[in-house]
Amino acid sequence: MSAPIYRLENLAKDYNGRRVLDIEALEIQDGEILTLVGPSGAGKSTLLRLLNFLEPPSQGSILYRHARFRPGMEMPLDLRRKVTTVFQSPILLNQSVRDNVAYGLRLRGQEDSQPAVRAALEQVGLAHLAHQPARTLSGGEAQRVALARAIVLAPEVLLMDEPTANLDPYNVGLIETIVQALNRDRGTTIVLVTHNVFQARRLAQRAAFMLDGRLVEVAAGADFFQNAQDPRTAAFVRGEMVY
Amino acid sequence: MRLDRAKTLGPELREIIFLSLQVSGTALLISTLIGIPIGAVLGLRHFIGRRMVVALLYTGMGFPPVVIGLLVYLLLSRSGPLGQLHLNWIPSLFTPGAMVVAQTIIAFPLVAGFTMAAVMGVDPRLRQQVTALGATQRQAAWAVLVEARVGVVVSIIAGFGSIISEVGAVMLVGGNIAGRTRVLTTAIVLETREGDFGLAIALGLVLLALTFIANLIMLRLQGKSFDR
Repeated sequence: MSAPIYRLENLAKDYNGRRVLDIEALEIQDGEILTLVGPSGAGKSTLLRLLNFLEPPSQGSILYRHARFRPGMEMPLDLRRKVTTVFQSPILLNQSVRDNVAYGLRLRGQEDSQPAVRAALEQVGLAHLAHQPARTLSGGEAQRVALARAIVLAPEVLLMDEPTANLDPYNVGLIETIVQALNRDRGTTIVLVTHNVFQARRLAQRAAFMLDGRLVEVAAGADFFQNAQDPRTAAFVRGEMVY
Repeated sequence: MRLDRAKTLGPELREIIFLSLQVSGTALLISTLIGIPIGAVLGLRHFIGRRMVVALLYTGMGFPPVVIGLLVYLLLSRSGPLGQLHLNWIPSLFTPGAMVVAQTIIAFPLVAGFTMAAVMGVDPRLRQQVTALGATQRQAAWAVLVEARVGVVVSIIAGFGSIISEVGAVMLVGGNIAGRTRVLTTAIVLETREGDFGLAIALGLVLLALTFIANLIMLRLQGKSFDR
């Protein structure tokens, strides 16, 4: 672990006057896998959108390396492009699999992207479907294409919002293996939101529990899952209902 | 008399077809250039007064062409608010330019309205997804338009259909002057009034054929996505 890549300070997000996210402080280390767990409505997805600079905070700031993201501002494009998200539902363009994977590179003006696209598709095991229309894929294949179009960009940070929520065990295992390899081989920082405590345990180097928009506990993986300090975290990890 | 008409029909018909395509093509091009951006903005952005703008647009989509012809006639006539300005870039009545103005006003609400509907039909999460992949606002809007391309092309087809077959407005502002403002629809009306039904039907078939060819071309624009 090295210096923090993100530093969140008094970060808050409001929608229609309702506070949905309120985090006093959180540091995300460069090159770590941080899993965020918590019940629905805990603010996990909102936090990911802020970490991807898709919307500004209502209060506080996010320090990303040396750039500060504050209310009412837009993050510079070159910094925004160092971060990307794989969402729960893979929204693919009505184009071929290959064109979907090349999309982010084309946005960056990289027209000759075939080798990188092929490598990314091979990494997710879909090179044989490169010319297939993306809309004809199964759910698992579509999510792997979504992962391929994210990793082809070689992001510094990969945010994942319930990426395996609707997938079968085979695809879940495949995606988890790719995520771990990405972190190990390229040093990509990964922030993964999941409802699945078992998945969080498998992947986390550190884990955080969120409830009602607040951060309840953050700890190293082993401590978090075996010796949680907060009773609500301990209950959630045991699989009990926590609201 | 009819023999004379038939003899001169060749060059005259070519002229009529050319003017029909020129007037409607120009009006469609202008309508597309104005209508698609307006439709995209209305479909993608939420702003104060948007509901009112959409209501006006919907009204424009159902506006009778002859009423638009009347409005353009009043605007461009010598005593009208635009006609009395005597500016070079404002077309005079009974010219192809006046017909283009009328047809543009007829077609652009259709292009804008159908484009708006097509854009609104695209999964709203697509913009967030492409933005997360590094798209600028403009690139994200373009991605949505490309996803909505089947509907956007339908909007152009609807706009083209509304003006190539339109007769009331071009008759009013063009005057159906032989060799100057006569187009297929006004020629059909004239030949029918003169009792030359054969010629009127022939002109009608030419109009149908032109519309069919234009739609085939636009169908190609929809690309493979039409078959998916």
